[in-house]
Amino acid sequence: MTDVTAQPEATGQQAVLRVANISKEYQLGHGLFSRFGGAQKTSLKALDGVDLELRRGEVLALVGESGSGKSTLAKILVGALNPTGGEIHELGLADGAGRRERARRVQMVFQDPYSSLNPRISVGSMLAGLLRLHRVVPAGEVRAESIRLLNRVGLQEDALSAYPSQFSGGQRQRLAIARALAVRPDVLVADEPVSALDVSVQATILELFRSLQDELGLSILFVAHNLAVVQHLSQRVAVMYLGRIVETAETAEIFSNPRHPYTRALIDSIPRMSADSVTDQFEVEGEPPSPINVPSGCRFHPRCPVAVDRCRTEDPGLSPVGPGHASACLLAAELPAYRGGPELKEEQ
Amino acid sequence: MTETPLLSVRNLSLGVQRKGRATTVIVDDISFDVAEGERFGIVGESGSGKSLTLRAIANLLPAGVKVLSGTIAYRGQDLQTMPAKSRRRLAGQEIAMIFQEPMTALNPVMRVGEQIAESPRRNLGLSKSAAMDLAIDMMRKTGIPDPAHRARAYPHELSGGLRQRIMIAMALSCSPRLLLCDEPTTALDVTVQLQVLRLLEQLCEDTETALVFVTHDLGVVNQTCRELGVMYAGEIVERGRVKDVFADPRHPYTKGLLDSAPDFDQPDRELIAIAGFPPNLADRPDGCPFQPRCSFAVERCATSRPRLEPVLPVLPGREAACFETARIFQGATA
Amino acid sequence: MTTAPAPTLPPVTAARRPARSRSLRPWYRNGPLVAGIVIVGGLILVAIFAPLITPYSPTTQNLTDVLQGPSGAHWLGTDQFGRDVFTRLVWSTRVDLRIGFIAVLIPFVVGSILGGLAGYFGGWLDLIVMRLVDIFFAFPFYVMVIALVFVLGAGETSIYLAIATVSWVSYAKIVRGEVLVAKQQDYVMAARLGGFSHLRVLARHIGPNVLSQAIIYAMSDIVQDIMAIVTLGYLGLGIAPPTAEWGSMISQGQQFITTQWEQATIPGLAVVVTSLGLSWLGDGLSDLLSPDRRK
Repeated sequence: MTDVTAQPEATGQQAVLRVANISKEYQLGHGLFSRFGGAQKTSLKALDGVDLELRRGEVLALVGESGSGKSTLAKILVGALNPTGGEIHELGLADGAGRRERARRVQMVFQDPYSSLNPRISVGSMLAGLLRLHRVVPAGEVRAESIRLLNRVGLQEDALSAYPSQFSGGQRQRLAIARALAVRPDVLVADEPVSALDVSVQATILELFRSLQDELGLSILFVAHNLAVVQHLSQRVAVMYLGRIVETAETAEIFSNPRHPYTRALIDSIPRMSADSVTDQFEVEGEPPSPINVPSGCRFHPRCPVAVDRCRTEDPGLSPVGPGHASACLLAAELPAYRGGPELKEEQ
Repeated sequence: MTETPLLSVRNLSLGVQRKGRATTVIVDDISFDVAEGERFGIVGESGSGKSLTLRAIANLLPAGVKVLSGTIAYRGQDLQTMPAKSRRRLAGQEIAMIFQEPMTALNPVMRVGEQIAESPRRNLGLSKSAAMDLAIDMMRKTGIPDPAHRARAYPHELSGGLRQRIMIAMALSCSPRLLLCDEPTTALDVTVQLQVLRLLEQLCEDTETALVFVTHDLGVVNQTCRELGVMYAGEIVERGRVKDVFADPRHPYTKGLLDSAPDFDQPDRELIAIAGFPPNLADRPDGCPFQPRCSFAVERCATSRPRLEPVLPVLPGREAACFETARIFQGATA
Repeated sequence: MTTAPAPTLPPVTAARRPARSRSLRPWYRNGPLVAGIVIVGGLILVAIFAPLITPYSPTTQNLTDVLQGPSGAHWLGTDQFGRDVFTRLVWSTRVDLRIGFIAVLIPFVVGSILGGLAGYFGGWLDLIVMRLVDIFFAFPFYVMVIALVFVLGAGETSIYLAIATVSWVSYAKIVRGEVLVAKQQDYVMAARLGGFSHLRVLARHIGPNVLSQAIIYAMSDIVQDIMAIVTLGYLGLGIAPPTAEWGSMISQGQQFITTQWEQATIPGLAVVVTSLGLSWLGDGLSDLLSPDRRK
């Protein structure tokens, strides 16, 4: 599988995090899965050969539905899970560096603001604990640094003595972000950080991410299922399906010129606020299948409206279809021009 | 409009009454109508009271929450003053509801075919086999592959999208006139969401079933509904056709909502968050509930509560509850 | 109030959301809790100030005054050794309460640690601990306790050992279950990702969240332990005489049930009141601690 995304573009951006050929397989017991008939599968491949690169200072969106493996990949990138195959290169980190070292480089923001903060630890203790463990600042400055962190995410000093249960969902996410920033990481992995929030609150968190990217030069891996959010915030997008990356491109490009049928289907399924009902070009049937039963050949072919015979037997990898644009579709070059992209209007 | 609307909610207030304490009002004096075959969306965030409104109509309010005042009239008859038995029968035959989480709405120890068949047997008096035939037919209509075989499955054996379709099949099995939907696609993958929404649209058109669709997703409401009510802190703050409201909002909250939501067709537009905090229902301010967060508020807004009033240009059902709506949005339309 | 058109972060003031979502009653309105505190508090005070409120010695015999009925000098009369029953009753509080608390502390600590480690690390540690739990769980409480005390000989240390040997399993099970749940929470993963060691995560991050259930259980366990001590005392396997202890008082007093019924029944009442107070305290604590757990 050619590793097209590994070459940084002439933009001069270097990679801060790169993974090659990552796979994650779970062994399963018998019995419970005998229902799935046919050959009795005993392993679940959540990820099956994933190459990904996160560049310095960019927001890369990882998009997919259930069973795509995006959350698994996010956890592997952060170090919370070990892959069963493949390599992780954290450029700038020595091989065999300990967990603590890793913690300083990559941090995570979780989806559920109600379970990601320890209810029995005050905000101040939480931040101080991290600051002290990693000796981010001298002991005497811990409190000042904690306040600085809170201000950075838009909260005030009086939050230090409070407990998470006293905050709303949006505020908790800010606390979670403050916690992640405490160790001054280079990379932030955000696993659907706004999915559990109200619409009007999402905006504040998204803008917060953007300002962190601008002001701190953070590189952010943003896992999402809401494409409108992705479009707004990220520079590049990687689309995942059933344990593989099926398309990567820059954001504007991928939404106006998607070159994989699944990407098109995803874009078509975005409920639009201003346009009329979406175009009917790529309506897919059925549901995302379970990773226990990965189809042969191209894994998308059972649901693909343009699948041909070849698709049943050949398992395509990512191939370049344009500058910075790669797709894992055998027919990528032959897909008709896409009409479902954003209907950009002139500003009033 | 001389026809009696299918559903008419008038001055409905819901709340929690506790002994020796002030009543907490969760839904405050809302009114709206739904005509036959209409598709009415209720949009709001958490704490807006939209789900409870739906549950009040379906007579499924959680323990402790009561109807404090107001009427819910179905075809002119007040549902609350009906004898319980008649209400149940009416509800069984003509009103149906689908929920957000199909796993909790389906009985885990009953086969799905039986669950769909249950309602026609009870409410339409069909025999066991006739009801099962109907159930399988409904499953086919909702796009479930191999329905005769799937009917024997248990809910946990099916995926989320399939379960939601089962729920739709259940809801539509007695051909209800009114379908209440409480965020039915929020828990689904986007491609599945599209299919389910299309399905709902199509089925409701075929049977001329009216829809009351509660959601927080502005895109979904735009695609699925024709009329819309925006709720904030238990009140309806704006009403009208979806296209009109989205193109030309007349309430600061609606505008704030639209400004803060990422719009796929306007990727470069900056998201503007709504200042302040979600409302605290236990401590309702006098005056407009949105006033603490409203950048256009004037003195009057803090002391008296605005009611829904028609806005210009006059369109049927087009109303906003804001004293300053003309001043704020003047010039927004020619 | 005019706002600049695009504040990217809305100004967040000190006004946060009001109090946590939990039982809306303040603690002092919680009937059982207050009653429990009053009773147990009262008992503790009685135990502490025993020498000050009792005129006699609990152990010195006075054979000239045996088996007197209640009177001004002896509120509850005297036993067959001339000792003031009231004094002995009061001094028993010290013994029974102290032993009860310590007897519950040992299995609480041992069981919680084992259960916590088993739940957190899983694997073979979990397997071993759970099999041990299964084995010990199979034995009926009193059978084991009595047998152990019998073997080890009567006395305070034996009681502690016996009860600890049998009771630790409940704590292990409870804490293990709680840890299994807590492990799934994102905040545990966040703590690990923050660089904290397993032990630190278990002690500082998971610990406070899982111990509340064990504490609530401990409250009812004290009651059971006090009953066990009293029973052992009644059977002559408990604290050696002449130390005043409710169980042995009942045992001694039962022979005089027809003439001086108060000698046997009043200590029994004392046990009942103590148990009731501890139960209420446990109930009240359970209200206080449980709803907090969710958020």
